[in-house]
Amino acid sequence: MVPAAPARDHGGISESTESSARPSPGPAAEPPRGSRRTGRGYRDDWHQVRWQAREWHHDHERSRSRRHQEHVHRILRLRGMRRSTEARVLAGVCGGVSEATGIDVTLVRIGAAVLGVAFGVPLLVYVVAWLIIPIDGDDGNIFSRAVTDRRGIRIFIASIPIMVMLQILVSVLHIGLIGIIGWPLFGSAGLAILIWRNAGPTEKAWIDHDLIPMLRADEEGASRWSLILRVFVGALLGAAAVTVLVFGHTTAAAIRPLGGALLVVAAFVVLFGPWWLRLVRDLMSERQARALAEERAQMAAHVHDSVLQTLALIQRSPNDPQQVVRLARAQERELRAWLFEGKAPGSIGEEATMLGQGIELLQRHVEAGHRITVHVVMVGDCPLTDGLRAELDAAKEATVNAAKWSGAAQVSLYAEVEADAVKVFVRDRGQGFDPDSVPGDRQGIAQSIHARMARYGGSVVIRTSPGNGAEVELSMPRP
Amino acid sequence: MSPSAQGVRPRLFLVDDHAVFRAGVKAELGHAVEMVGEADDVAAAIELINERLPDVVLLDVHLPGGGGQAVLQGVLPLHPEVQFLALSVSDAPEDVIAVIRAGARGYITKTISGGELLQAVHKVAAGDAVFSPRLAGFVLDAFAHPNSGTLTIGLDPELDQLSPREREVLRLIARGYTYKEVARDLIISAKTVESHVSSVLRKLQLSTRHELTKWATDRRLV
Repeated sequence: MVPAAPARDHGGISESTESSARPSPGPAAEPPRGSRRTGRGYRDDWHQVRWQAREWHHDHERSRSRRHQEHVHRILRLRGMRRSTEARVLAGVCGGVSEATGIDVTLVRIGAAVLGVAFGVPLLVYVVAWLIIPIDGDDGNIFSRAVTDRRGIRIFIASIPIMVMLQILVSVLHIGLIGIIGWPLFGSAGLAILIWRNAGPTEKAWIDHDLIPMLRADEEGASRWSLILRVFVGALLGAAAVTVLVFGHTTAAAIRPLGGALLVVAAFVVLFGPWWLRLVRDLMSERQARALAEERAQMAAHVHDSVLQTLALIQRSPNDPQQVVRLARAQERELRAWLFEGKAPGSIGEEATMLGQGIELLQRHVEAGHRITVHVVMVGDCPLTDGLRAELDAAKEATVNAAKWSGAAQVSLYAEVEADAVKVFVRDRGQGFDPDSVPGDRQGIAQSIHARMARYGGSVVIRTSPGNGAEVELSMPRP
Repeated sequence: MSPSAQGVRPRLFLVDDHAVFRAGVKAELGHAVEMVGEADDVAAAIELINERLPDVVLLDVHLPGGGGQAVLQGVLPLHPEVQFLALSVSDAPEDVIAVIRAGARGYITKTISGGELLQAVHKVAAGDAVFSPRLAGFVLDAFAHPNSGTLTIGLDPELDQLSPREREVLRLIARGYTYKEVARDLIISAKTVESHVSSVLRKLQLSTRHELTKWATDRRLV
């Protein structure tokens, strides 16, 4: 007969090897037991002790950052205030202020912009508010995460000499407006590093996709010519600036401060140069590590969607050799296509250009591989983008989950193209599940659905409870 | 659903050219409805229905001799009280559009389960409309876009737009919700859901929207 069915976790195969090799955190971590001081037993005990020490350390860290956060809240009495996710241009601070005080958001914005440009300090206040006010829908603020980000803090400290240097240059050269707002501007830039490194996942996705490209609009699709032109124009402007500076004043009066400024720069570079270099190198290696980790996560999602799903199906039908052979053969084909032709498995969007086609493919794939009928209803259609392909993959995963775990004979899939978003609903009338009891490290929901959608700025809502079926709502904004 | 819960046994007439399907329906619903007759082509169907006046006619869309539409046109002008529930193997949009516009009170596919079929028969017998998720999606699609400029003249705006509430109801039906679940989700009574759906059906039948037929021809692939 079928081996004892694993607990329905809606997340696919239970990763028994990994989870048993790792003691669970918190109170469940048992103290070393017994006193077998020989061979394996001894080593296991030693492992346990080490693990526990690490857990204590983590607990300590956690409670410390929690206490810190409470402290910050109490001082500023901002407990109820949230940065708005709807009324936001940059960080949603003005929207939050307007919600808290009842003042019209446009007035707040105009005020902030005027004061910021005129005095500079409000700019710093804005960035600090970005740090310490949690965003709507999130309990922790960025600051509480930033205090544990050692490298981020180191970069921030390293940027202080640069700021000092710039400030000295600016004041020496008497550049009017920048001279006034210089300090707050540079301070804000430094804090922005901390924000960027420690923002929550949704906010970070937004920063990476919408803000960063604005700052370096030239990186993608920039031709060699535009680069040459830019360097040329930049050099010309620089030369003009120096000329104006030098000959605008009497020569001697201008050169002296300029020379002094150059000396200041040289001093700073000699003093802090090696440190900066090391930090940059550190940053680069960290970035590589992150890219590697992301690639690994995507690969894990692919493997989960294809190989692990198939293995689970095979385990469920050991008495049906034909089915097993069919599944194995299909999986082999898919795996070959992935390894030797680079066609990622589980990804249905690549063969289609329109959403409707993609949904049709999804239906065909799922019905071919699983004993379930997929009822598709579509309203509207549109060309596929990367985000929509990710949404299709997530929808497929939700459908496959329903096929595998819900016990229902059919699943409804409804896709609607709206003006600003594409929504997909996957609904089954099966046994449902308790979303809180699904461990966070399971691939199915975490990687294949949530992470996939978040990567392109989409969102997921899951409505379910034991006995009441399940509905997964996917929403992906349209460009 | 037990027949006693529904009160009376509706008088059912079956029009389908597949003997196997007729036998299947009789076996599944025989205990819960009163079968008053069956027919396998248009002419026989019109004659027998006008004679026996059943509560509900289960009508196959694809019939030799003119299709399900012809039966509707042969009966409804004389006996508008007879309710029609249309069925077909596929739910291709041109099928849906044709029978609903000709006066059927609902449309389902033959893949429907026995219990659901019985429920649909009861609903139609009570004068309500039966919307499958696919039909709801179709209506949303057809009513989603504003009329193309050339054809707006002479259109009744009342009939050519869905109210926001009707949209919500249809959206939930398209997502696979039953009327009861729709009512619970929107915190309205099941009766209100029925009236929204009936009103949508009326709009579907009376509207002169160009999109209704255009949609059907555009989307033959579905």
